[in-house]
Amino acid sequence: MQEIGYPILSTLIFLPIGGAILIFLIKRTNETLIKRTALLISLITFILSIPLFISFDKTTANMQFTETYNWIPEWGIKYALGIDGISVLFILLSALLTILCVTVSWNSIKDKVKEFYASLLLIEGTMIGVFCSLDLFLFYIFWEAMLIPMYLLIGVWGGPNRLYAAIKFFLYTLVGSVLMLVGIIVLYLNTGQGAERSFGLLHMMTINYPYHIQLILFWAFFAAFAVKVPMWPVHTWLPDAHTEAPTAGSVMLAGILIKMGAYGFLRFSMPLFPEATQAMAPAIMILSVIAIIYGGIICFGQTDLKRLIAYSSVSHMGFVTLGLFALNTQGIQGGILQMINHGIITGALFLCVGMIYDRTHTRQIADYGGTASMMPIYAAFFMVFTLASIGLPGTNGFIGEFLILLGAFTASKTLGVLAATGIIIGAGYMLWLYQKIFFGEITPKLKEHKDIDLREFLTLAPMIILVIWIGVYPNIFLSFMDVSVQNLIERMNSVPVNSVSGNEKILSLINDTGAVVEVVK
Amino acid sequence: MMNIPIPDLRPVTPEIIMTLAATALLMLELIFKNKGILALIGISAAAAVLYVMPMSYGETFFAEGSAMFISDNYSAYFKLIFMISLILSILISIRYIQREKAEYGEYYSLLLFATAGMMFMVSARDLILLYLGLELMALSTYILAGIKRHDIKSNEAAMKYFLLGSFSSALLLYGISLLYGLTGTTDIYKISEFLKQTETTIPLLLSMVLIAVAFSFKIAAAPFHMWAPDVYEGAPTSITAFMSVGPKAAGFAVIGRVFYIGFETIQTDWTAILIGIAILTMAVGNILALVQTNIKRMLAYSSIAHAGYILIGIIAGTNEGLNAMMTYLFIYAFMNIGAFSVVILLEKGDEIKDYEGLAKSHPLVAAVMLVFMFSLTGIPPTAGFIGKFGIFMAAINAGYTWLVVIAVIFSAISAYYYLRIIMNMYMKEQKEEITIHPSISLNAVILITGLMVLIIGILPSVVIG
Repeated sequence: MQEIGYPILSTLIFLPIGGAILIFLIKRTNETLIKRTALLISLITFILSIPLFISFDKTTANMQFTETYNWIPEWGIKYALGIDGISVLFILLSALLTILCVTVSWNSIKDKVKEFYASLLLIEGTMIGVFCSLDLFLFYIFWEAMLIPMYLLIGVWGGPNRLYAAIKFFLYTLVGSVLMLVGIIVLYLNTGQGAERSFGLLHMMTINYPYHIQLILFWAFFAAFAVKVPMWPVHTWLPDAHTEAPTAGSVMLAGILIKMGAYGFLRFSMPLFPEATQAMAPAIMILSVIAIIYGGIICFGQTDLKRLIAYSSVSHMGFVTLGLFALNTQGIQGGILQMINHGIITGALFLCVGMIYDRTHTRQIADYGGTASMMPIYAAFFMVFTLASIGLPGTNGFIGEFLILLGAFTASKTLGVLAATGIIIGAGYMLWLYQKIFFGEITPKLKEHKDIDLREFLTLAPMIILVIWIGVYPNIFLSFMDVSVQNLIERMNSVPVNSVSGNEKILSLINDTGAVVEVVK
Repeated sequence: MMNIPIPDLRPVTPEIIMTLAATALLMLELIFKNKGILALIGISAAAAVLYVMPMSYGETFFAEGSAMFISDNYSAYFKLIFMISLILSILISIRYIQREKAEYGEYYSLLLFATAGMMFMVSARDLILLYLGLELMALSTYILAGIKRHDIKSNEAAMKYFLLGSFSSALLLYGISLLYGLTGTTDIYKISEFLKQTETTIPLLLSMVLIAVAFSFKIAAAPFHMWAPDVYEGAPTSITAFMSVGPKAAGFAVIGRVFYIGFETIQTDWTAILIGIAILTMAVGNILALVQTNIKRMLAYSSIAHAGYILIGIIAGTNEGLNAMMTYLFIYAFMNIGAFSVVILLEKGDEIKDYEGLAKSHPLVAAVMLVFMFSLTGIPPTAGFIGKFGIFMAAINAGYTWLVVIAVIFSAISAYYYLRIIMNMYMKEQKEEITIHPSISLNAVILITGLMVLIIGILPSVVIG
């Protein structure tokens, strides 16, 4: 397992960051060199991440490829990295999507090119850092640090309403994050006395926190993760951010950033606060179903192409959180897989939208029509991604949604049924969108445009391959998570499982809130 | 003949150096036309102080069996902050005051006098010596605030500062005299001993409140902050930079000594007052900064807000809290002076809208300002985050989690006005030509402060412990 002779995780984090610094040193007029450097760095990062895929030991739930160094001993902080079945796929996804972001922005970013590609690489580095961190302080550093380049990406190179979108994104995420910071500090102070205290996740997992502390901390962390996912009702930053961001920004946001929220639930909330998670799971599942249905219905009213896909993200992430908080094997595995899938599908959709926007410079759905006759190859790609988004069997979307619904149904029949209607709504708006854009008369706005060129083809090709590969033979990817998810569920179940009915769960929720208020006082 | 005991001067050596240098500068300015030499002498004095400091621990100026002056680790740390702030302030002043036609030799002399006053303040074991140091610092800064003699705003700033400052000094004196009347001594440690044996009376609480008010004025804590925005805006920017760090740090130092040690017995009482002041300060500072259009005023309100966060370190009431406060002030020196240096760098850099499009014309300057703004907000991986983290940890450990929640919310709110600068620099188009006035000294300061902010952010072990 550890045959990789060098600190691979640190390399994956700091190579893009180093690449960003390198780009800063290039003369700003030499745009080709900047772009090529960015492409090279992102390619190397991806190639270096492949050994993770190959050498990963699927038989253990322990952390792999770990690195631990003393960093701030006065505060019990270590530089600790490691991955397990839950996080490994995200690193690969981040590396892949970064390459595609570089290629899709090749011709569309013309202003401050240097800062753009540097920011992109910084985002990649910090995101991989989030997925690898095993120390809560380090995790927080990467979680927050990622905000800076993302804010710049949206605000500098975004659409007409970018200033509003950028600051909204930043402030929303920041408020959630600082509440999580308070939670992290409380966690740390409860890990022992004096020198035993540490921010290390693995150390914290050995401690049984008292229930009322678990509850407060669960909600503190929930503040940060729920905003990131985004869960209803703190999702309102997402449509603006996704719509106004440049294509690469949207892909990174939808592809990786929002996964970090759900990842946070898996990595921190569930292992550290098992009893609180069990108690709060019904509430979160309800919020998820609301997100699924609300997100879906809102899509029908959208006139902006990117905004529609953004709201579909809300709906899809509702599926993910539903699966995760079903707290059973199918649900969690489905949730994790669907996170990967959604990253691929929605990432691909945003890539496609970026390509058509580069040509027509309009995002209004009404301006589109008959695109299929002008750009047949593009239409074919978009069709596959649309069907994947709907969850057609044969595509990756189906596997994820199926597992999630299985898990959700096991946990709560009502919610399972309600969630299933979300699939129908999804089919509704996506097919409607496809018809409006691709079929029918060619609208006047769509003057003669060329079909996608080689660069764009190569950008979309990996996505198609993954969509079909995961859809037809998902076990290769599911096998990564088997043991880790099992381990997680065992950990959750080692506490007394609440086999009470839904009403009693809500009553206990109200009682618990009272206890929370007591403690805060 | 009476044997006049000569006090042990070794602990006071740094202060002696500083005062002698200040006096010398007063006279040397008549000789030297090139004021740059005076700046050099000032920096050398600061360097000399830093050199002598490790050898100058101890107590001295004994009166009635107790020392009036103490030089310990606590005061040494603050003197380090003062020297750093002095050196950086001198460096950014050199070309700036030439530009502003305020290049008087007295400028550097006054800076050194102010620093000497601060040094006496933090080393004072006796309240009278504390008052002496405080007045020396205050009077010097009053003049420095108004040193642009022909500028109305500068005059107004000096006037306001002087009037309000004198008022607060009077309150301080009243409080000290009340305390003397109650305890029979002006030695902080002796007062603490005395109070342990008496019960809390109204006059005692009154004296504590008066002293709290006076110190709150000095650190610009609400509701005694009103002078700060006007004074920061009107004073020459290099003095604003100096004022935002030095006197503030000195103020916190004396709060630490007087309240933590002197008023130890009534800790619950002064903690309650400070909590109220801290919350009000964070609220006023952050909310009013949101609507500012002048960057110096905005940074003034930001200073006020930061004073609120630092107060939380004192409220924690533990050694950990005091340590966190000191670390925060050290970090604060770099990021604040750094931000003001960029303001000085721009020819016309006083209004927030002057920064529009800076990223396009001067990308490196914009990048450094970005680092400072994020550091002031408290976003990792900058030093500002480390400072806040230390304070929050100390406060939660002491049981004030709810206060920290309030602080982080205000911290998040502050992002809006710091980000507004970044927004202007990177996301708006340039309206007019932006000229900058780089000089070796100014560039050096911007570089050093920028690097320190990043280095401390990534390797905090440099400052903790």
